Amino acid sequence: MDGITYQCLGLLQLKTTILAVKFNGGVIIGSDSRASMGESYVSSKTINKLIQVHDRIFCCIAGSLADAQAVTKMAKFQLSFHSIQMESPPLVKAAASIMRELCYNNKEELQAGFITAGWDRKKGPQIYVVSLGGMLLSQPFTIGGSGSTYIYGYVDAKFKPDMSLEEAIQFSTNALALAMGRDNVSGGVVHLVVITEAEVKHVVVPGNKLPKFHDE
Amino acid sequence: MSSIGTGYDLSASTFSPDGRVFQVEYAMKAVENSSTAIGIRCKDGVVFGVEKLILSKLYEQGSNKRIFNIDRHVGMAVAGLLADARSLSEVSREEASNFRSNYGHDIPLKHLADRVAMYVHAYTLYSAVRPFGCSFILGSYDEDDGPQLYMVDPSGISYMKEMTCRELVKEVAKIIYIVHDEVKDKAFELELSWVGEVTKGRHELVPKDIKEEAEKYAKESLEEEDDSDEDNM
Repeated sequence: MDGITYQCLGLLQLKTTILAVKFNGGVIIGSDSRASMGESYVSSKTINKLIQVHDRIFCCIAGSLADAQAVTKMAKFQLSFHSIQMESPPLVKAAASIMRELCYNNKEELQAGFITAGWDRKKGPQIYVVSLGGMLLSQPFTIGGSGSTYIYGYVDAKFKPDMSLEEAIQFSTNALALAMGRDNVSGGVVHLVVITEAEVKHVVVPGNKLPKFHDE
Repeated sequence: MSSIGTGYDLSASTFSPDGRVFQVEYAMKAVENSSTAIGIRCKDGVVFGVEKLILSKLYEQGSNKRIFNIDRHVGMAVAGLLADARSLSEVSREEASNFRSNYGHDIPLKHLADRVAMYVHAYTLYSAVRPFGCSFILGSYDEDDGPQLYMVDPSGISYMKEMTCRELVKEVAKIIYIVHDEVKDKAFELELSWVGEVTKGRHELVPKDIKEEAEKYAKESLEEEDDSDEDNM
C-alpha cells in the first residue's frame, strides 16, 4: 500500500487527504474539503470530494479535479446502465472495475486516483483503491492524497478490524484532523459518509469542532 | 399442424397472413428432429445429459461434444444443428469474457441468457441470414444465487426452468436411456456434465467412475421395467 501512494506523489501533488475504512457492518469514506491551485492559493474551502456513483457506492478523488470529475461522471453513467440491465444493485467490485478500465485505458491523458467504497449484498462492505495507472486493489482501510504521508503512523497504529461505528468515526475524524493539521494543502472541514446496508449518512465536522491535539 | 408456407416462408423477413414467421418455425423443427438434450436443476446444482447418436463406428469416443463450457461456472447443452450451436457457444464465451473484463466478476446467468437470446433473435430479423437451428440450455451454480437453468430457442426467447446432484446424475442417465428409441436410431453415447456444490461451482464433465455407475443404474432400471412388462403379459 505504501508503494502506491508514494509513486503517485512522485508524479504530481495530490493536494488532499482522503481515506476509507471498513467497520463492522459498513464503510466510512472521508476527505478534507480544500482545493488548491499552486502551493499557496486555496481555490475552494468547502469542496466535496466524495462522489456518489450509485445508491450504496461512493468514490473519493485525488489528483486533477477535472480528470476525476470526468471519470466519475462516465463511471456513474456506465454503472447505472449496468445496474438496470442486471435488474439488481451493482457490486462494489463492478464499480471499481469500471473506474479501473477507464483509468488504465486512458492512462496517458489522465492524472487521477480514486478510492471506491461501498456496500453490496454479495460481499458486504468493501474498499477498492484504483491508482493512477489503473491498478485495482482491495483493502480493509486505505489513505490517499498528499496529506496521507503525515498519518501513516497513526492509522497503522490505531486501526483495528471490526470496529464499531462510533470507533470508526472517531478513527477517521482523528486521522483527517491530524493530516489537515500538518499538510498545508489539506484543510477546511471533514466530510464523512457512512455507508451501511440500511442507509447512507453524511457527517460534516466543521473546522472548529475538530479534535485538538497536544500543540493546538 | 404442418401447414406449408406457400410463399410466405422464403425468408425470415416476411410475416405470413396469420402473423407467423415460418423460417423461425422451420428452425425449431431442426431442434425437434435432433436427439435429446436434458438439463435438470436440483437443490445444490445442475446436471446436463445429452444423447449423442453415433453416426459412424469410426468416430472416437468423446468426439462431437454437445456440452460446452462457457465460463468456469456456466455450462451449455445443445440440441439441433451442431455447427450453429458451436458458433453460439463462441458468442456466449465472448459475452462472458467481456463481462468479466469490464466488471470484474462472474457473469450472472440471467444476463448471459438474455444477451445470447438477443443475438439469436437478431438473426430472425433479416432475409440475408437464416435463424440459428439450435436450442440450448444454460446452467450454472453460485453460492449466493444457487443453481439456475435457462433455455434459449431459435426465436430468441429465454426462459427459466429440484434431489441432490449425485442422485440426479443417475436419474438423468436413466431418462436418456428410456427416451432413446432402439428401433429408429442405432448406437448412442451418453454425455453427462454437472455444475454445483459438488464441483464447487465449476462446470465439468461427470467423472468416468460416476458416469459408469449412472449408466449401470440406467441399464438395470430398463431391464427391470422390461421384466415387469413380461410378468403382466
